[in-house]
Formats: sequence, structure tokens, C-alpha cells
Amino acid sequence: MKRLTLFDEAVLNQATFNTRRHFLKQCTSGLGSLAMLSMLESCGFGSPQTTNDNPLKPLSPIQSPKAKRVLFMHMEGAPSQLELFDYKPELAKLDGQLCPPSLLEGKRFAFIKGVPKMLGPQSCFEQHGQSGAWLSDYFQHWPKIVDELTFLKAMHTDEFNHAPAQLFMHTGSPRLGRPSLGAWVTYGLGSENQNLPGYVVLVSGQEPSAGKSVWGSGFLPTVYQGVQCRSMGEPVLYIKNPAEVSDSLRKKSIEVINQINELEHQEIGDPEILSRISQYELAYRMQSEVPETMDITDEPQWVQDWYGAKPGEASFANNCLLARKLLEKGVRFVQLFDRRWDSHGTDAGSGVGDGLRRNIQVIDKPVTALIQDLKQRGLLDDTLVVWGGEFGRTPMMENRAGDNDSPFKGRDHHIDAFTMWMAGGGIKAGYSHGETDEIGYYGVRNKTHIHDLQATILHVLGFDHEKFTFPFQGRNFRLTDVHGKVIHDILA
Amino acid sequence: MKPYWLVGILGALLLAAFTLRGLFSSEKISYNQHIRPIFNAKCITCHGGIKQSGGFSLLFREDALGKAKSGKYAIVPGHADESELVRRLVIDDPELRMPLEHEPLTKQEVDLIRTWIDQGAEWEDHWAYIPPDRSITPPNTGDSFAKNGIDRFVYDRLQQEGLSPSPEADKATLLRRVSLDLTGLSPTAQEAADFLKDNAPNAYEKLVDKLIQSPRFGERWASMWLDLARYADSKGYEKDLERSIWLYRDWVIRAFNQDMPFDQFTIDQLAGDLLPAHTPLAADNHLIATAFHRNTMSNDEGGTNDEEFRNMALIDRVSTTWEVWQGTTMACVQCHSHPYDPIRQEEFYKFFAYFNNSQDADLYNEKPKLYTFTPENEQKVKQLMAWINTRSSSPTIKPANPSLNLNLQRQDLLSQLGYRKIEAEDFDSTSRHIELYDNQTTIMQTTEGAFCMYNDVDLTNVSSVTYRYTTSFPSFVELHLDRPDGLLISRAHVPATQEGDPGAWYKWKTFGTFRAPVQKTTGRHALFVVFRKDKEFRSDLLHVDWLQLGVANAPIDHNPELHQLVDSLAAVPAISTPVILERPISRSRKTSVFIRGNWLTKGKPVNPDVPHSIRRAATQPMENRLQMAHWLVGRDNPLTARVMVNRFWEQLFGYGLVETLEDFGTMGAKPTHPELLDWLAVRFQDEYKWSVKKLLRDMVLSATYRQSALVSPELQKKDPRNLLLARGPRVRLTAEQIRDQALAVSGLLNDKLYGPSVRPFNPTNGSWKEEKPDNRHRRALYTFWQRTNPYPSMVTFDTPQRNLCVSRRVRTNTPLQALITLNDTVYTEAAHGLASFMSRQKGNLPQKLTAGYQQVMYRKPSDEKLTLLEKFYTDALHLNTQKKHSKTLPSTQTPEFGALSMVANVLLNLDETLTK
Repeated sequence: MKRLTLFDEAVLNQATFNTRRHFLKQCTSGLGSLAMLSMLESCGFGSPQTTNDNPLKPLSPIQSPKAKRVLFMHMEGAPSQLELFDYKPELAKLDGQLCPPSLLEGKRFAFIKGVPKMLGPQSCFEQHGQSGAWLSDYFQHWPKIVDELTFLKAMHTDEFNHAPAQLFMHTGSPRLGRPSLGAWVTYGLGSENQNLPGYVVLVSGQEPSAGKSVWGSGFLPTVYQGVQCRSMGEPVLYIKNPAEVSDSLRKKSIEVINQINELEHQEIGDPEILSRISQYELAYRMQSEVPETMDITDEPQWVQDWYGAKPGEASFANNCLLARKLLEKGVRFVQLFDRRWDSHGTDAGSGVGDGLRRNIQVIDKPVTALIQDLKQRGLLDDTLVVWGGEFGRTPMMENRAGDNDSPFKGRDHHIDAFTMWMAGGGIKAGYSHGETDEIGYYGVRNKTHIHDLQATILHVLGFDHEKFTFPFQGRNFRLTDVHGKVIHDILA
Repeated sequence: MKPYWLVGILGALLLAAFTLRGLFSSEKISYNQHIRPIFNAKCITCHGGIKQSGGFSLLFREDALGKAKSGKYAIVPGHADESELVRRLVIDDPELRMPLEHEPLTKQEVDLIRTWIDQGAEWEDHWAYIPPDRSITPPNTGDSFAKNGIDRFVYDRLQQEGLSPSPEADKATLLRRVSLDLTGLSPTAQEAADFLKDNAPNAYEKLVDKLIQSPRFGERWASMWLDLARYADSKGYEKDLERSIWLYRDWVIRAFNQDMPFDQFTIDQLAGDLLPAHTPLAADNHLIATAFHRNTMSNDEGGTNDEEFRNMALIDRVSTTWEVWQGTTMACVQCHSHPYDPIRQEEFYKFFAYFNNSQDADLYNEKPKLYTFTPENEQKVKQLMAWINTRSSSPTIKPANPSLNLNLQRQDLLSQLGYRKIEAEDFDSTSRHIELYDNQTTIMQTTEGAFCMYNDVDLTNVSSVTYRYTTSFPSFVELHLDRPDGLLISRAHVPATQEGDPGAWYKWKTFGTFRAPVQKTTGRHALFVVFRKDKEFRSDLLHVDWLQLGVANAPIDHNPELHQLVDSLAAVPAISTPVILERPISRSRKTSVFIRGNWLTKGKPVNPDVPHSIRRAATQPMENRLQMAHWLVGRDNPLTARVMVNRFWEQLFGYGLVETLEDFGTMGAKPTHPELLDWLAVRFQDEYKWSVKKLLRDMVLSATYRQSALVSPELQKKDPRNLLLARGPRVRLTAEQIRDQALAVSGLLNDKLYGPSVRPFNPTNGSWKEEKPDNRHRRALYTFWQRTNPYPSMVTFDTPQRNLCVSRRVRTNTPLQALITLNDTVYTEAAHGLASFMSRQKGNLPQKLTAGYQQVMYRKPSDEKLTLLEKFYTDALHLNTQKKHSKTLPSTQTPEFGALSMVANVLLNLDETLTK
């Protein structure tokens, strides 16, 4: 490069230009310029210049979206489809018979060993609503909402342990390190309420076994990770001022911080300072809006009763009511985790009989109220609701003691067939998609893989799951990896 | 963005001019300059390493010159007119014309390709694969600005851009910047005073030399390295149990502090186990270094296949090695050849073969491990062993081999004396019924027939077994030889250790021991401990703490004093660290390609080697890890020195000379200052002999680094991210720097070096409250790193989770960060500390506030800023006195102290504080 001719230089410039342009294309492919602003920094193309370059700025997708926000209710542990939705009279007839070897060949289970016995449904089924949806008698309230839902009865997954299956459901990969669905969505769409986090997670029971990674941001900037709001204690970490700092004192302190930062900006000229000023303002607004939103005592008593909510508890019912409040305020992605559904039948609480019936009582009323409430507020039209576990349960009885005299009936983890449902924006109401065989062991028609579900969720929000990518370690990653098909049959 | 577009358009125009000229001249077309950009932009996605549409790929010359699926030759060197490639670029038929369904290439581009083929279609390596030119010297320019060679390259580039450098920053700014950069901490009061009053021309140089010698230096640079090493104190995945590997972290700190040359630093970490060592201590240190690759995640969840996760860990070791030393992305090559860079899938598995022979296998106990002692415990062990040797006086006892690791000497002695406590190797991998409880100290058994395995146990003369366990239900424990259903040599009916059923297994607290006879056998065996229920089935039967084999007629049985000594010796705690050790050749594993990356579908067998497109002078295969490590830091390796120089540069300047630190491949960014990068890389190797301290010293002594960060609107517009370096670096501090600075300026910092990770107050983990008070204010890098629940203020300020190697932290600017520095307990404490400092100062309020500001920024506040602070103090005091107080207040709760604390809180939240 010692004697650089004008022509050489021109070609060099052209080459540099090409590389940069390519980089930019990689960063934003599929999204057009949507997420570009927010991602400039990490893709290596300019840093946020002004306060408008807020990474959570609301953005609209390119395709016309049917839903603007998402509520995902994850029943951690995996509820039994065979007691709840997937009515199998044939299985009842086989109850107590030894499982034919053909069903066990080449299969791996988490717990079942040897030859298990078949286990008939432990509940009674009836059809409900105009759609005639089959539903277990464990539910008292859900019959009122079945006509709003689309059941996915032939779901299947690849992972038979809780943690990898949960990661698979929420990040598209069973291993740690990928961004969660909620992080992708918040990255792509920003948030409509700048005073609240864009992606909120509420947990009842213990945390999911896969840990916080199921709402992590993976290789996306951490600003897109789910913010776990706690229904007890501080709703968001450090949202509360220390005891000795009053609200007016905090307000004054943020004012003086920003005034000094303003002087600093005048002197130095770095636009990042302006960005910091706006983030401090936002932090202050969050300090008042988050606790306010997370307080359910301001809801009328009849609404609290409707959901079965009791202020001060870290309960699923409270979380349902909070979910409605958050969605109403423009939070993009709300995720509820409820951990109580691992029905192995090793003790009274974990059977698919009374144990599961009792668990259903915890969610029956709140979920019904939530769907009805969203509907009456007109929010259901553009809110996508998803409900389900990370996998299903076997038609065989799990028998840990190996002597078939367990007093409690339980089922093992099952990857080949389970039921989930979706409702709201862009999804058919009162519909059922997919079918399993006579004993609910395999899907036989319209099977839906986890990646299909993810592709469909993104589609409803206006994204093409094949083009919505992010470059990491030399590869363009997407939520659905190299798989997934949109389930067009269930779209309204 | 605009300037780039302009440059692009200008470039295109000039390109047209060039091509016209090119047509009439015989000037040589360069593949890298002219052709590769076209191929990369227009062709490579379909004709690269993954997609080879029509059987045609442009990645390697030998592929591109071969016959395509159509039977035609795409490129016939010397004959553009016979080349199918050219025909297909210009053909009218849209179904044949390339690129398919995209804009055709411009006439100029086609002409370039045509000429290039006519000239022989020579391929050239990507710039980063060509070794740096060792004859580069800094341009002879910028005399007025330059303090060293770096500045001449920078100045040259600025001149080309019509820019000029900024003046040197003021002393206080420089002091704080260089101190945070080199030590991760703001300077101590002494360092600051010395420097600020020193008017010698080399005052800054003296400061730099002092900082580089500070033990804080190693801590600061370890933070960078630990991201690359994906260092964490837990294993990841669902269980994410604790992993004891902090000695590796300390090894890294020491290596930086001792300025271990980077080549040795590399070899120790990648192949320390294969190095000769002259002393047991040196051997231990080599092994601790290999823990670099034991930072891979491992899965303790029941039902997971250990072999699968062993392979996952190996894949990560390959990818990490390539990202860290070669700036090359390998993740895609595990499934197929690289889409953009000249690396074949087979070559991934050849490299994989270097790691495939490591003994570790995703076992819960993390074997192989190295056991070492703290200095005090080491003395204790040596003393006890000496006493025992004098007291046992048994002729059958062989003296310990002093060249062995001390713990091995201890184990040997204990075993000879009849003390054999053993650790489980493996569990029944198809169920989760055996798990580890209480942070892996207890084996918990849950199911009838479940087992755990103890490998390679010497059973000669063993006559009994003792279990320490807890349960509420009587049950059976059996010992089988070699298989879970092998020869039964012991069956014990172990009684409940506590009365009644407390309801849940985790409430079992009472441990007891039970001793059962063992049928005599000889030799070493795998020992399977199988659990059987008695009358009652429970999902949890029994938890075993440990088991110990008893030897008939053991020396300790006859000598109570000896027995006591042996017990004390066995009880001295050792620090365990997982390390890399090779399997013996007789048991070495064969490596095959995983077809499409699936570890269950094995393809062609391969032998260890490194990719040939990077190792150009490939004479002989490199057979082992040690040779491979030597190659990485050898003179022929074109990447390592460039990649590392670039990483250090980025830490100081905010952006790398190659912005994509992790990708020096064809899809990575081009260097902004290619000759500077190469010059530094050559110096790093040849002149500094891989001394990191010398390299960093050069960088921070440059005029480029010392510039003021002030930026005019014009410059901001032209170069928003300061890639051209017309001003000094100004970026937000890292998570570690922010915390450490707050602790330092408030006087809270406990500057103890090294040791186990600490658990400062953490609202997401109540158990951390029990941490010793003096561990609450250690430097951030000692904070316990839990992969699935990272310390909140660290992730909020953009640390990675450390599941995988991460080269670059993306700097975000969010409200959650503000909430941390405003309200996180540690920042509240720091504000109180800084307030105490201010209240101790002599003088009036403005003087106290000035001292507080100076404590953080090392310069006086401007009058405007001071006025704002004073006014705020008055407001805060006013608000505080309105609150109702009891009459007698401790001095830290007076309204005045509260107001000062608020000022301190403000100071810790200023943009200038959070930025360097």
C-alpha cells in the first residue's frame, strides 16, 4: 500500500463500503430498518446519538401484525393433557393392562423402567361451548372461555427433561445461551410504555427449573431480558429508594444529576451523556409507575374476587390480575410461570387424580377471569395469549417403586404429544387443531412442533421467523434455528 | 451513516473509472482488493461453505476450478471466455443469469472478474491469514504530535481524512483515565497527590510505571480474560451447582501481575498438563492453568447423557480456542464447512481431536481434579505426615514420593494405613434418582435399584464398609463388583437414622454410620453401590454422605494414637480444582466427524491437525495439544498477535482496530489502521517477547491515548465512534470498574487479593446475607459467579453470563442501571462512606463538597457544578429537617449527614463518574 493510486484507493473504499453494508444488512435483515436504530451499537455501525435512540423505543413490524403484545402462561412441570383436554375413551378401556412392547421400543423416558401399565384418564370429560371443546371435569370455570381458545392438541417437543424442555420452549434451543422469545419480541418491537419494563416476568411457586435463562437475553443486549417483577418485596430490583430517601428528595437528586450532566455535555459534547440524562428521567418515572402498577389493592374488590386475588400473596391469581394491568399499560411481553404441574404420582400432591384436580383449582378461576377481563376491555383482540407446559405426560402409569402398588397415579414426561392453547389477536376462536392417536401417545394429524409454535407467535406479531435474525459467533441466529412452519390453519 | 454512503457512491464512480482504465492496461487484478469483495457480497451465500449450489463453491480455489454439477468448468484460468461463470453473469435468460433473482453484476464488476480470470484467476488469502509484514515502520509524519510509533500511524490516517488530533487531556483526567484502565480502580490518594504535584516532563511516565507494577493490575486484566475463559463459580445448566475453580482465577491474576509472557500464558492454559515440570509446585500451577478449558458447563441433571454433554464441552473448547486466539468463528463449522471462511467441517473435528482425549467426562464430581492446600494447611499436612511416618514404624509402609503432588502423597499414606474413603464416579445415568444434595456433598438416592459407581477401587484386604447416611426408612445397600448386577460382595440392612417420617426428605438431618462386612476379594474394581427398598417404597430412601472401606488388620486398628493422627490428616481440607489430564494412550478415544454436528452420527475418522488455510507451512501433522499450543503462539501464526493486540486496544480505546474482536474472518470488520495493527502485533512478538505490560505501556504512553475526549459537533458527525482517533477515548466504565470505583472512593474497599469467591449482599439470594462482613466489599471480580442467577448489578451493567466465550461486551445505557447506582445497597453504603469523608474535611460547606467531588474526579468542580451541588445540599437538608426525628440521633443519621450522603449519591451517579 506504499504507492496507493487513486484507483486503488477507490477500489479499497468500495470494498470497505461493501463490507459495512453487508454488516448492516446482516444486522437488520428481515427487519428492515426497524430494529436498526436500537442495534447500531452492537452491530458496529454508529452509536445511539440522541435520546431518540432508546433501545426500547416502540417499533412496528414490517408485516401487518395481528397482535401487539403477548401473554405467555407457562405451567412449569407439564400438566397432563390426558386428564385435561385430550379425551381418550380407548385409553380408559386399556387401564391396568401392560403396555405393549411396540410402544416402548427405542423410547427413553425420564423415569419409566421395564414394562409399565396403561393408565386410563383419571377425570371425566364433557363437551362445552358452541365449539364443543372437550374439557375435564376438573375445571369449573374454563367452560366459560373455551369458545375463545384454539387448542393445539398434537404438540410435540424434542426434550424430555424439564430444564432443557423449558429452554427449548422459550429460546428455541435446549442449551443455555440463546435469547428468549420475549427478548426477541422486545428487541424487535421495543416497548409501548417507557415507564415500565418492556418484558415482565411473574413467577408463582419456585422459579422454573431452567432458571432465569428462560427469560434471558442470550446474545442480545441485556436490555432485552425479562425483568422479573416480584409480587412480594420490591417489584423490580432497586426500584425503591432507601428508607432515608423520600420521593421528593429523589426527584431533586435526579434533577441535579441531570443538570450537572447537561453541563458536562456542553463541555465535552459526547451525545451519550444526553442518553444517560433520559435514562435517569426514565428511571425516576419507573419508580412511581412500577410500584403503582404492581399494586393490586387499587382494583375494586369485585375484580379481586373475580380473579381470586388476595393482595400480599405471591400467587398465580395475583399474577393473572397483574398481567392484565401490565398488558393494559402497554407492556410488550408478559410471562407467567407457575410451578406445580409435575404429576409423577410419587405422593398425594403429585398424582394426576386429586393432586391435579387441586392444582387446576389454583388456575381455573384466575385464567377464566383474565381472558374475560381482557375481552371486555377490548385487549384480547390484539393480545396473543399462550398457555401450556414444556411437554406432555405418558398414557402409561409411572411406577417408581416397580411393584405396581403405588397408591397414587402418576404419569411420566412425554415428548410426543401434549396440548397447548392460544387465544386472542390473530388466532381463531373456538377451534381445535391437531389430533393424537387413540391413546394420546403420538400426534396423528396436524402435528405442531415447538418451533412451529414459535414461528406462529412471531408471525402473529408481524415477523417472518426465517428473516428475524441476529448475528452471533459468525452465524445469523434465529429463534426457530433452521426449523419451524407457521400454522396457518389456526390464524383468524 | 451519511459519510459512508458518500464514500460508497464516490467509490463506485471511481471504480467505474478504474475499470475503464483496467481494460486498457495489464495491471494485475488483486483477488483480495477487487474480486473477493464482489464474491462475498454477491455470490458466497449460495456458493460458499454451506450452500454449494450447482456443485460450485468459491471458497477454495481447488473447488472453484473443478467441474460443477452441470459438467462445465466455471472458471478456466486464463480464459474468461470459456468460463461458465462469466457466461452466467451476462446471459439474458433470467433463469440462468447469476445472481439468481437478484440485481445483475455491474459491467465494471463483470469486467473485473473477466480480467482476473484472464490473468490466471489467482486466489489470495484473506488479509488476516497473511502474516503481518515484519518490515513495516511508522510513517515519517506527525512529529509535532507523536510520542511514539502508534501516533505516527494515527496521525497519517487523520491527515488523509483532513483531521487533526486533539490536545492532551488535563492531568486530572489523564490520571483517572489511565488508573481505571490499568488497574480498574481510581488512583489512591497517594498516587494522585504524587502525580498532580509532579511537574517533571516524565511525570506521566512515572505514574504509568507505578500503576503497571500495582497488584491491582492483574485483577483488572483478569476481568477481561475471564470473559474469554467463560469463568464462573457454577457449572451451568439446570442444577448449576457450585464449582470450585477459583484457583484458576487467581492463576490468571498472578500471570498478569508477573507479566507472564503471552506465549507461555497460552501454552500453560492449553497444554499445561503436557509440560515437563521440575517441582511439584510448578506441576500444580501448570495443571491449574489448564482449568481454562474446565470452565465449560457441565450438566448434573438426572437423565442427561454424560457423553452428550462431554461432547458439548469439547465443541465449546474448540470454538473458544478459535475465538480467543484466532478471532475466528467456529460455531458454524461443527455442522458444515464454514460459509464464508476457508475452513472445512472436517478441520473442525481434526482440531476437536486435540481435546477429545481429556479424561473429564461431564461427571458430577468433575474428575479429574487437582487437590492443593492453602499455605497453612500445607504445613499441617507435611507435619502430620512426618509424625505419622515416625510413629507408624511399620516396615510395609513405603515413604511418600516427594516429587508427587502433596495430596497424592497424603492419599497414598492414608491408603497404606488402611484409611480408604472414596468418592463416587458416576450415577445410573438414566434416572434422576440419584442426585447430589446440599451443594454436592451428599448423594441422594431415590429409587429402588438405582446405583452409583466408584471407579478403580483397590479392594485388596478390604473386609468392611462404613456408610455415613441419613434416612427415615430402613433399606438395603449392596456392593456389586464391576457391574450393577455383578458379584454381590456386601449387603447391609441399614436402619433408619431418625424416628418417624418428618414428611420430606430435606428435613432429614440426623446422620448415622453403619458398618457392614465385605466378602474378601482382590485387585482393583469398579464398585457399584446399589440401593434397595425394604418394606416401604418412598420416592426418597436414603442420603449417603460418604463411604469408607475398612482393611483387615490395618495399622491404624492397633494404634489409637496413630488412628487419631490419621483422622486429623484425613480431615485437613484440600482445595479442589478441575483440570485437564490426558487419558493414557491405551485408552485414547478416536475422533470422527459428527455428521451435521450430531454427536451420534459419526462420519469419517480424523487425526488431530489445525486448519490448513491458516497453517500454511504445513509440513508435518501436529500430533498433540502441546504442539498445537506452540503453533498458536509461533512466529508463523498470522492471527494470535493481531487478535490479542486488538483486544488490549479495545479495552483502552473502546473499540478495536478491528471492531469485530471475535471475527477476523472475511465477514468481520476490516482494520481501521491495518499497518498500525500489524506493527503492534510484530512488536508484541518480536520486541516485547509477548510482554503484555510492555505492550500496554506503549499504548497508554501514546499521544493518541492521552488526547482530550472533547468532541466538536463536526467531529462527532464525521466520526461518532472515534474510530479515527482524533480525540481521546471516552466510554462508560465496565460493571467491575463502576463497583470498584465506588468502593474505593468511599473508603470501603477491602483490597485483599485472591481467595475463594465471595457473596456480597444480593437481594435475589437471601443466603448471601451470611457472608462475612469483610467480604462484602471486595473487588467485583471476586463476586461469586452463578451462571443461572448472575449478580444483579453485574449483568445490568452488561457482563455476559459466561456460559460461552464472549469477546465484546455490548455497552448499553438503561434505566435499570440508574436504579442500581441510585439504590443498590452497596452504592448506598458507598454514599455514606463518601459522606463521612466529606464531613471529616476541614472548612466550610463548599470546601467539603469540593473535596467530595475531587475524591471522585481528582479535579475541582466548575463553579456552576459546585453551585448546583450546594443548592442541592441545602434542599436536601431542608427536606431532611422536615422529617420527624427523635431527639438524640447518632451522627450518621443527622439531617446534615443525610444531606451529605445525598450529595455523595449524586456524585456517584454523574455521567463523568460512570465514564472514563
